[in-house]
Amino acid sequence: MVGHLQVEGVNMIYGEIKALDSVTFDFDGGRVATLLGINGSGKTTLLRVLAGLEEPSKGNILFNGKEMKAQYLRQISTLVFQKTVMFNTSVYENVAFGLKVRGIRKKEIERKVSQALESVGLTSLEKRKARKLSGGEQQRVALARAFVLEPEILLLDEPTANLDLANAVTIENVIKKMRAREACTIILATHNLHQAKRLSDKIAHLHYGRILEVAGPEDFFTHPSNQTTKKFINGELQF
Amino acid sequence: MFETFVEAFRQALILILTGDPEVFSVTTRSIYVSGLATLFSCIWGLPVAITLGLSSFPGKRLVRGFFNAMLGIPTVALGLILFLLLSKSGPLGIFRLLYTPLAISIGQSILITPILISFTSSSVESTDVELRNLARTLGASNLQTNFVVLREALWGVVLAVVASFNRAFAELGVAMMLGGNIRYVTRVLTTSISLETARGEIAFSIALAIILMAIVFSLSLFLSFIRRS
Repeated sequence: MVGHLQVEGVNMIYGEIKALDSVTFDFDGGRVATLLGINGSGKTTLLRVLAGLEEPSKGNILFNGKEMKAQYLRQISTLVFQKTVMFNTSVYENVAFGLKVRGIRKKEIERKVSQALESVGLTSLEKRKARKLSGGEQQRVALARAFVLEPEILLLDEPTANLDLANAVTIENVIKKMRAREACTIILATHNLHQAKRLSDKIAHLHYGRILEVAGPEDFFTHPSNQTTKKFINGELQF
Repeated sequence: MFETFVEAFRQALILILTGDPEVFSVTTRSIYVSGLATLFSCIWGLPVAITLGLSSFPGKRLVRGFFNAMLGIPTVALGLILFLLLSKSGPLGIFRLLYTPLAISIGQSILITPILISFTSSSVESTDVELRNLARTLGASNLQTNFVVLREALWGVVLAVVASFNRAFAELGVAMMLGGNIRYVTRVLTTSISLETARGEIAFSIALAIILMAIVFSLSLFLSFIRRS
């Protein structure tokens, strides 16, 4: 049984900008929760807080009821960035990085990396320089590099934002496979309504740092209670 | 004038190709002295540069500003300060370093340390910030994350070291003031070129200048080639 993640009253303030404003949200273990919102709504900031890359200005993050500081969050979660970042090494070395820093034995690393690359369809490219791959292939490497670690929480920041349809479908299929295994809690940030509908067990609408609506996909899209969420879904939201 | 230059150039090539012992001696001493200077500056400069590149602390801008300002220090002024320190009556006179190859190496290392620190720290700082975050989110410790950044900045660091060596190799003021240009002891390429030109030995000067430039250029070209391949 995978763990239960709770975000309680998290604020994130940069100077005079409040990027997150009293965000409270429950993430069910083994499910896909989606943070839906326009650009600049605070999705990435929340993911970075959950990844332990930034300490919130205020509020708590609890995992299985235990308060988690950034350094502990980094041990149980992995973030796949919107802009793919590759180490200047081979595909194999990129995927193996997290396992190596954990001191896992070489044979075990080889087995896990091989499985991970197979699941994203990149086995034949393992010796290629990761930075020489196409955008879609790099995103698949990034995904393999994250889930090979079998994290408790997998954070995906707009994983298909810059990809063509074929690559986006491949990435979504990998996410669906992972959800079917219920091996970890997946938190997906996206502004793509259709993707949220296809992949989510639960959707939160984040708007200028505040969560306006939380519901299952059915209710979220058919009976949103918040007016701004309703406008967002209907494409009527204006800046 | 042109014919004189061509003749001098021909004589210079003969000196190089026949392995003239004096040319060989001056060249090897230059490489040794400047190589040692580069090694010294790496020993104390690289840790400072890496700390500047990887961490933030109060006064960091001031430290960076100091090293950037030191980039333009006149070699003769530095030579004079070190000369006064190392001379018999100076505070470091007890070590009897003046007019030794080691004195030149120390002087050159001080001269090139700001170059090494500025270039290396800039190279480390300019690595993608998200690369550090990526390493951290994949579970790397601070030390492992720093190693990732350094590996990424490796070529920048290598180029900084080579640029520092080239600067030391091509400088005149420190070598002249601290070495004294003593034949077979402290005479290096630059001091020798200066002396031979003043004496009218143009062919010899050209030979040394060709070697000086050949070493500097071939080192840079070799690095570019390695990097591309």
